[in-house]
Amino acid sequence: MTMETLVPFAAAIERYEPVIGLETHVELGTRTKMFCGCTTTFGAEPNSQVCPVCLGLPGSLPVVNRTAIEYTIRIGLALNCTIAAWCRFARKNYFYPDMPKNFQISQYDEPLCTDGYLDVMVGERTIRVGIERVHLEEDTGKSLHVGGATGRIHGAEYSLVDYNRAGIPLVEIVTKPVEGTGADAPVAARAYVTELRDLLRSLGVSDVRMEEGSLRCDVNTSIAPRGSGRWGTRTETKNVNSLRSVERSVLFEIERQAAVLDAGGRVIQETRHFQEDSGITTAGRSKEEAQDYRYFPEPDLVPVAPPADWVAEIKAALPEAPSRVRARLRAEWDVPELEMDAIVNAGVLGLVAETVAAGASPADARKWWLGELARRANDAGVEPSALAITPAQVARVAQLVTGGALNDHLARDVVGAVLAGEGDPDQVVAARGLAVVSDEGALNTAIDAAIAANPEAAAKVREGKVAAAGPLVGAVMKATAGQADAARVRELILARLT
Amino acid sequence: MPRELTRMTAAELSVALARNEVSAAEVTRAHLDRIAAVDDRVHAFLHVAADSALAQAREIDDERAKGIRRSPLAGVPVAVKDVFTTIGMPTTCGSRILAGWRPPYDATITTRLKQAGAIIVGKTNMDEFAMGSSTENSAYGPSRNPWDLDKIPGGSSGGSAAAVAAYEAPLAIGTDTGGSIRQPAAVCGIVGTKPTYGGSSRYGVVAFASSLDTPGPFGRTVLDTALLHEAMSGHDPCDSTSIDAPVPPVVAAAREADVSGMRIGVVTELSGEGYQSGVLSRFAEAVELLESLGAKVTEVSCPHFGYALPAYYLIAPSECSSNLARFDAMRYGLRTGDDGTRDAEEVMALTREAGFGAEVKRRIILGTYALSSGYYDAYYGKAQQVRTLIIRDFDAAFGQVDVLVSPSTPTTAFPIGERADDPMAMYLADLCTIPSDLAGNAAISVPCGLAPENGLPVGLQVMAPVLADERLYRVAAAAEAAFTGRWGHPLLAEAKGL
Repeated sequence: MTMETLVPFAAAIERYEPVIGLETHVELGTRTKMFCGCTTTFGAEPNSQVCPVCLGLPGSLPVVNRTAIEYTIRIGLALNCTIAAWCRFARKNYFYPDMPKNFQISQYDEPLCTDGYLDVMVGERTIRVGIERVHLEEDTGKSLHVGGATGRIHGAEYSLVDYNRAGIPLVEIVTKPVEGTGADAPVAARAYVTELRDLLRSLGVSDVRMEEGSLRCDVNTSIAPRGSGRWGTRTETKNVNSLRSVERSVLFEIERQAAVLDAGGRVIQETRHFQEDSGITTAGRSKEEAQDYRYFPEPDLVPVAPPADWVAEIKAALPEAPSRVRARLRAEWDVPELEMDAIVNAGVLGLVAETVAAGASPADARKWWLGELARRANDAGVEPSALAITPAQVARVAQLVTGGALNDHLARDVVGAVLAGEGDPDQVVAARGLAVVSDEGALNTAIDAAIAANPEAAAKVREGKVAAAGPLVGAVMKATAGQADAARVRELILARLT
Repeated sequence: MPRELTRMTAAELSVALARNEVSAAEVTRAHLDRIAAVDDRVHAFLHVAADSALAQAREIDDERAKGIRRSPLAGVPVAVKDVFTTIGMPTTCGSRILAGWRPPYDATITTRLKQAGAIIVGKTNMDEFAMGSSTENSAYGPSRNPWDLDKIPGGSSGGSAAAVAAYEAPLAIGTDTGGSIRQPAAVCGIVGTKPTYGGSSRYGVVAFASSLDTPGPFGRTVLDTALLHEAMSGHDPCDSTSIDAPVPPVVAAAREADVSGMRIGVVTELSGEGYQSGVLSRFAEAVELLESLGAKVTEVSCPHFGYALPAYYLIAPSECSSNLARFDAMRYGLRTGDDGTRDAEEVMALTREAGFGAEVKRRIILGTYALSSGYYDAYYGKAQQVRTLIIRDFDAAFGQVDVLVSPSTPTTAFPIGERADDPMAMYLADLCTIPSDLAGNAAISVPCGLAPENGLPVGLQVMAPVLADERLYRVAAAAEAAFTGRWGHPLLAEAKGL
């Protein structure tokens, strides 16, 4: 592969104005597939969640999953869209082995939701991203191309297809072209997807895990000379499967397209693939002519006509938008934006909020969910929300620490025990005898022993070198098996020696 | 022992079975013997299910011994068009591309027949994927008309019609997309109904044109046809286009057989030039007969019926081009050219080249073209507008009359081979039947005599509004009773082909 010529980003932005657009596919978290009763569990044995309908066997017919319609309307409403009173599914015809029917049931000129927006914060600036449409379709199967160098179908020795994913409801959210972001374009693209992800998560319609492919992005980028008053030719970058990649793909395309234009060339309208490892985009198969999908209304399905009162009911039940929740909580907790970003990006905003509601201080709640619990979730390979500890239990541990009954070390042990299923924090403390040793008689005995065993350290403390108390504190903690309040031990040692 | 079992009607068999005058096993054996005796000449069947039929019959007899009677059709043989999926039997749709395919699931109608206790004696021949009017498009050779073995039995459900006319089964099911039940019924001198679209389930019916395909019954009498109509019909949650309404009271209407006071409209546009003289004279007689029975006959114009055939030949091929895309060698059926050197796309193309017959390819190409971008509005879009106009014609007509009548076909059965290389001539066989398919209303063909010039049967078509299927049976049964009285015997008694 030849190296692309690039224009450094700052230089590119000086001369060119970017326009971006995003198409996001979201796998809905319905229990069953879009048009049949098959379950949708991720990671199941290949081709174990299939039936005549999602395999497209001759004679089989689709039946619309009402929950998928409801979720799509929920998304549309949360994105401030108009919900169609009447719309139809359409067939998108093309041949590919992972498409059981060689057509995809999708929506064409009658999407369920149209014309909305999502407000996105970039630094202190709010960018309103227009939403062109939100429509519902079925996912395809998943191909695994074996034996080739690229992992693509070309050059592969053979291909395997898993149809478990075929027929999972997929929502496509298409933005209008986003203009005027300038140097913020890459960050804005990322911020949009981040905001969308948080919104979808708060709506409870998808687990929105980019790494599992339940949220997938195609990023359109074009640039035009500043002041030209027109848009450039866009490229569509596929395979953009992380937030960071969304940002990098826009950045790279701007740099690449600027170089093409600088050299007097023409940007080709094409599909490009994002390379996670190198951060660049590469040209897909060239399309001499646009693919003709021969859309027509799906004759096997009746039109979808969501009653107005049902839509109103869904709207009334929408949760508070994450951006609003964030602004409100940030004010309540009085935390800096960066800290808030960390909470949100870790996906623990809800957990922290519930922990605070259960009685912990915002600082303690943040500390637990971003520290110890984040680490344990990471070790276990699960989301923090999947840990076997409730926000109320975390709040109780924090209270025990604040009240002096536990120190940090013990508190971590208690959390470990709760996660291991040993019961509530209070039960664990009682059962394991983990309460801090606060009997000063016992502590004084241990301190006497520590001073006797470390005469040099004791001498230094007596001379005023307070820092030398460390080894003495350590010895006491060791003697009490960690069950003493280290701060109190330090106080007692200093009181004795100075 | 009553008279020869294969000459009995389904209603007579039902009574004999209920009175224990005969067993289901005896009835089944008699029909299997008849098939063995004549089907090498008729070729109505692609698959005879002797073992499973006898097993089913034994099961019914066991139940009868315990006093259980599942339905009036329990123990009555039925032949099933090879377009319905059937567990344990091949389903080929008359195509090479599905040779040997054994579906893992039953069509809803297959299930209903089994639950009713009807004995499925086998799968009947058909034009490939139901495209044709003669069964000459079957990859497995044509069926023959029991009136004259050198004539076509009609199509696409020609095998089902021939089986019933040849006494190989008292009942059969078929599908009607452009006339594929009524035209073969007419040219074989039996009764066949296209129910209201959505009145009978399409789940498990291998699709030709989804918005038109309608499963329906064949019988030698109007009452038999009504019995099967009632047994196979009704709402199916697996078919989104299935109508959630009670099955029209067709059996009661067939028993009443009363047309006094009914308003019958003769469709002006479905007669005249291009119609065989004997067809027109027998049709005129039938109209006079109905008038003599107390019906009020008027002439009704349906001005857009002349555009029905061209509209049909855009809509049906468009849908078929998409429906038949799934036959790609990847998951089931024929696979050609997979020698390890070719990629999936080439194997798909080679398989489809080898697996589809000429008429199927013609329609796939026609439909692919009609749906192409730039042509969609002029072809598919315009055809849908014509469809709306035809629906309005029917609505206006049914504002004036209770039913419409016409000849079922412009001509009687034509010689095998005569139109095989002339698609336009073949398409004209469905001239009278197509309007009801486009509009989705119910229609029946009932024998109304023999054309004097060639002694072949002529069919009277009766058309009723959507979900008023019972009117068909009221009129057809009245005509049948009067004609049989006049002839002194059922028309089929004059068939001399076997």
